[in-house]
Amino acid sequence: MASINLLIAVCLIYVTFLFLVAFAAERAAAQGRGNWLRSPLVYTLSLSIYCTAWTFYGAVGYAARSGMEFVTIYLGPSLVMIGWWWFLRKLVRVGRTQRVTSVADLISSRYGKSNVLAIVVTVMAVIGVTPYIALQLQSVTLSLSIFSDPTGTTDGGMNLVSAGFWVALGLALFTVLFGTRNLNANERHNGVVIAIAVEAVVKLVALLAVGIFVVWGVAGGLSEMMIRIDNSEIGQWQVDGSRWTALTVLSGAAFLCLPRMFQVLVVENDDERHLHIASWAFPIYLMMMSLFVVPIAVVGLDLLPENSNPDLFVLTVPLSQGQGGLAILSFLGGFSSATSMVIVATLALSTMVSNHVVMPIWLSFQGHGATVSGDVRNVVIFARRVSILVIIALGYLYYRVSGGSGALAAIGLISFIGVAQFLPAMIGGIFWRGGTRVGALTGLLVGFAIWIYTSLLPSFGPDVVLSSTLLEQGPFGIGWLRPQALFGIKGIDPTVHAVLWSLLLNTSGFILGSLISFPKPLERLQGAQFVNVFAHSGHAHGWSGSAAQSEDLMVMAQRILGGAEAQKLFRREAQNQGHDRYLPEPTPDFLQRVEREMSASVGAATAHAMISQLVGGASVSVQDLMAVADESAQMLEYSNQLEAKSSELFDTARQLRDVNAKLTQISVQKDAFLSQISHELRTPMTSIRSFSEILRDGNELKPTEQTKYASIIHVEAIRLTRLLDDLLDLSVLENGQVSLNSARGTLADVIVQAVTTTQAGAAKSLKIDTSRLEPEIELHTDLDRLAQVFINLISNAQKYCKSSEPELSISALKTENVICVFFTDNGLPIPIETHALIFEKFSRINDQDGSGAGLGLAICREIMVRLGGGIDYVTFEGGNRFEVRIPI
Amino acid sequence: MQPPPSALVFLERRGYRQRRMMDAIRLLPLVGLLLWLLPTLWAANGSDGVEPVRMSQAIVYVFGVWVCLILSAGTLWRYLKGSNDDVGTTEHAVKTDPK
Repeated sequence: MASINLLIAVCLIYVTFLFLVAFAAERAAAQGRGNWLRSPLVYTLSLSIYCTAWTFYGAVGYAARSGMEFVTIYLGPSLVMIGWWWFLRKLVRVGRTQRVTSVADLISSRYGKSNVLAIVVTVMAVIGVTPYIALQLQSVTLSLSIFSDPTGTTDGGMNLVSAGFWVALGLALFTVLFGTRNLNANERHNGVVIAIAVEAVVKLVALLAVGIFVVWGVAGGLSEMMIRIDNSEIGQWQVDGSRWTALTVLSGAAFLCLPRMFQVLVVENDDERHLHIASWAFPIYLMMMSLFVVPIAVVGLDLLPENSNPDLFVLTVPLSQGQGGLAILSFLGGFSSATSMVIVATLALSTMVSNHVVMPIWLSFQGHGATVSGDVRNVVIFARRVSILVIIALGYLYYRVSGGSGALAAIGLISFIGVAQFLPAMIGGIFWRGGTRVGALTGLLVGFAIWIYTSLLPSFGPDVVLSSTLLEQGPFGIGWLRPQALFGIKGIDPTVHAVLWSLLLNTSGFILGSLISFPKPLERLQGAQFVNVFAHSGHAHGWSGSAAQSEDLMVMAQRILGGAEAQKLFRREAQNQGHDRYLPEPTPDFLQRVEREMSASVGAATAHAMISQLVGGASVSVQDLMAVADESAQMLEYSNQLEAKSSELFDTARQLRDVNAKLTQISVQKDAFLSQISHELRTPMTSIRSFSEILRDGNELKPTEQTKYASIIHVEAIRLTRLLDDLLDLSVLENGQVSLNSARGTLADVIVQAVTTTQAGAAKSLKIDTSRLEPEIELHTDLDRLAQVFINLISNAQKYCKSSEPELSISALKTENVICVFFTDNGLPIPIETHALIFEKFSRINDQDGSGAGLGLAICREIMVRLGGGIDYVTFEGGNRFEVRIPI
Repeated sequence: MQPPPSALVFLERRGYRQRRMMDAIRLLPLVGLLLWLLPTLWAANGSDGVEPVRMSQAIVYVFGVWVCLILSAGTLWRYLKGSNDDVGTTEHAVKTDPK
């Protein structure tokens, strides 16, 4: 008979052994020899923390009470593992790419790194798991008590409460020592994982040993055992179909959602291929764990007195057969189950609490957060240690308050339903991009509320929290709100009822909330990242790095990741960026990486908050992008304006150039004009002077000669006068000083006047044809000036038309707003190269006798411009044509 | 997701088999669920006139399904591990070049 003292000694030795194993594993990992620590076998064994003391002790009790139903607790996880392709594969990939640290982190990260969501999930997890931890304390202390009173009918001689306290303290110490040695989630729990693996082996071996002893030692073989089973009180199938289905689904859901399972499945996963191996290896483990449950229960029911606790058959059956050693092994198995569960569960919970509750609060108290002095790592580790102590203390408190009452399985199931509420948000987050933060929050809160109302509170029994009248008739007598018959549907098993309604309404809330709300940009980005994790295991979102300084980042990263780790990260990044400097550029990629590394230590929401404090909230959101787009639109517009201005300036410059060229030309023309005019003036002046000198000095001149010379002087004086007249006229016209005397008249009159004027005293006859002129064209202009133009044109024709029968045809054409008068002669056409010059001053073309001053056409042009019309030379077959345009 | 232009419509034998194994892996949990939910249809203790299913039969059935599922999953794993180490980490079966 093993004494309590022996048992405690064995426990201490066992715990010391675990310490050593864990310590050795940490050492090996630290020295880089830890590859074997991350083998598929260890991964599979670490999953066995699913099998807690509840399954170790409770499954047998469960079987003794309700037959095969206990197995559903293992069927769900087996199906989830075998169906790893559907969900676990994606979950693990998401967890690895997003560096997720916990189930709260996953949900918060998916729905836009929402801290509210993380806190809700954390609180729910703590509430859901605390009874479970109490359950482990209870089972360990109960099993201890068995050894002082093997019948298991009373609490025995020992003080269960103080035993529970010491167990809790021991567990807390172990967890603190190995769970919070260093910070980074990715390689932090080598010691713990290996210890769990060892414990997994111990509990499996213990249960198998008891089972083998029962089947072959007590019953006497397999077939005898089967007969015994069939003849026992649980020998017939008595499972309720709805419970069977609901519990299978529930256990599968809880397997995914339990914080400790998430920790070992996703966070501690080192290689996705391990999952593939575990997909068949872990069901083997589960099957072996449940293989001998029914035989042990049956034998226990046979051998032990009526009132013994079936939850402890695993211990009491060997004890009753005098197998003290086997009982101690069995006790160690149960102890292992309890300790491994408590360690990992508190670790997972403390990570959640410190990352999602303590750190955000601490950061907000710090004001500028990460940039102030102090090592954040110490804060995180301290927060984690305190959280571990607090969670275990809560479990202990629950254990004290509940007084260790109730069947183990019942408490376990309630816990399962609680954590299963994470499932809709998890599955929806990974498979449905439309899931939003609002939807997740709605679903979680609705599901959790229903869980508390229909499962947790009634579990304390009538009149403890909920009065029996409330349970019977509903709150305020509203029948359809009865906690165990919602909506008036009675007759459902309470567990099935709670599972059904909580998950149904949770899912509905999630879907409805998601459908009617609109996600924030970060949520949408994260949603795409999570759902399409296989398409692009890329970056969650971009930081714009301009605002963040590498130095600040370095300081912060050192505080979170530790000096060496951070320096290694920065150095590697600098090399990747291709320069030798110590600090890399704060590119968005790099900020992304730093955030992800930090989120492995402090959670996505906190890491995000810290980086955004440094970067100044410069995470690129859609709003930012829109602002940038706005800005670029403005810049584009500005640049367009600049372009317009520049082209305007270009135009102006060109105009100025033109003007300058014109001015230069005018200046040249002026010089030419001056030299022309002096030449024109000098020619008659020279004649006049020389002939007047001859007349003055030549006394012997004959009168005929005198007359001749005097007439030459006279002609030259007239020519001079005409020239001066013309010049004056032109100057007046050019300066715009001319005053026009508009009058009404007909074109024919003006032309007749001009023809008459020119033909009076003309030497040779020019045939002027005005037959095609319409007599009725009315004019309203300065008729005298117009006549002057016509006279000029006609006299030009008279002078220069070199033809045997000179002929001038005058015709007119009236259009809508202009009258065109054509003067067409049949003389020699003006050479093409001189066309441009004929309207210039002093241009004399075909002027062989030099009688013209070359101002006539220039004056004509000026007059026509003044009159608002124009004059042009038109090339014409077999002659010349001038076109005079008079505005109407 | 649109397959890349170079994706093969028809795979050669090995790739084809591999994809069917993937299908089997996906199908397996559904088969398991179906088989394990069958007991809900069994006559339970207390049904009138029907002999209830014996516990030993139930144990053999449940554990038999379990063993079959584990063996199938293990076989599929072995098969896929032998043909492609990267299996399970790629969304679609890796297209092998027929050349």
